[in-house]
Amino acid sequence: MYSLSYVKPKSLKDAAAFLAKNPEAKLLSGGMTLIPTLKARLARPTHIVDIAGLKELRGVAAKGGKLVVGAGTRHHDVASSTVVRKAIPALAGLAAEIGDPQVRNRGTIGGSLANNDPAADYPAAVLGLAATVVTTQRSIAADDYFQGLFATALREGEVIVRVEFPLPKRAAYSKFHHPASGYAMAGVFVAQAANGARVAVTGAGPGVFRWKAAESALAKSFKPEALEGLALDSSNFNNDIHADREYRANLVRVMAKRAVAKLAGRK
Amino acid sequence: MAKVTIKVNGKNQTRAVEDRMLLVDFLRDELRLTGTHVGCDTSQCGCCTVHVDGRAVKSCTMLAAQANGANVVTIEGLAKGKQLHPIQRAFSECHGLQCGFCTPGMIMATAGLLKDNPNPTDEQIYKGLEGNLCRCTGYINIVKAVKMSAKLLRGRKH
Repeated sequence: MYSLSYVKPKSLKDAAAFLAKNPEAKLLSGGMTLIPTLKARLARPTHIVDIAGLKELRGVAAKGGKLVVGAGTRHHDVASSTVVRKAIPALAGLAAEIGDPQVRNRGTIGGSLANNDPAADYPAAVLGLAATVVTTQRSIAADDYFQGLFATALREGEVIVRVEFPLPKRAAYSKFHHPASGYAMAGVFVAQAANGARVAVTGAGPGVFRWKAAESALAKSFKPEALEGLALDSSNFNNDIHADREYRANLVRVMAKRAVAKLAGRK
Repeated sequence: MAKVTIKVNGKNQTRAVEDRMLLVDFLRDELRLTGTHVGCDTSQCGCCTVHVDGRAVKSCTMLAAQANGANVVTIEGLAKGKQLHPIQRAFSECHGLQCGFCTPGMIMATAGLLKDNPNPTDEQIYKGLEGNLCRCTGYINIVKAVKMSAKLLRGRKH
């Protein structure tokens, strides 16, 4: 790791002010991606600004038809929260499948979304549930937030404060884990809400995306069979030593069917 | 430099360290608590697992500065004098190790797992130890040791 200065602001305002003055500073939350990146000398920030403990980023609550999760909430806390389990059990289940226990004890939802790793799990839930990412500056709809490989709508110095999930009628996530890293080789989040079904895919392409053909098919018939033979453009899918494009495309189909099958018979 | 005070195995330890110092280096180099191992140094093997404020974490993936004010327990903090912690006893009795390098991390991860789930199934043990690797692949006895640990700890509570 290159030399750097560690800073721990007392409030979100202080953090934003520090970032504004130090353009080469980086925010640190759980550090599950940032610390390994620093150790590998793939990044060289002047400062790391530790916002993990900030009160403003804490808290999980269900109110007014929404589930609100503070950006600093750790994966373990989402997975074990009785509020999340009751409001959106698929989200708690997804959090329980991220990385390994030690990672879940440190990593946060805000950190995962700000990083937007193409194989991360949370982006699938946020996009699948049509959540809103609330920052220090504005509210960003999930459809606008994710912009491909490690890219998001966040501006310099903008900090994610919380994520607001509208409650779906039902939702499920199915993931094919990479056997070593635990990342999604393909993960599909399926949600059914009053205004239709949404299907969000992570792990397969350069960033999370909606499989719209599947959404239309599920709107007509919410059954695994409805997904048979649907078009799925895999031309930009990841093609690496772990899996080629065709294999990933097949995984997407299988995971999508499994997610829908999980919901069969549930209201 | 960062001035940090970290409670390690019940005792406050104050040091001035480089901002970039990892927690594992703080434990090993500053405090000479070398039971916490560095296996892969890339957040994968879990040999460096310690508890920070009661939760198992990989100390190679956290800065000492991040642990400022925290309560850290390492493998050295488990035994009471010469009396082994029940999990240590179980790993010894079940021979849940071959070369032993991963053992401190396995034991700290097991302590974390059993805190959340005092009576895990085999499947839950596999998932609970997903963050720890045994390069000797001695997993069969490790799983046995976790089961015995669970039994000993449950017995202790009642």
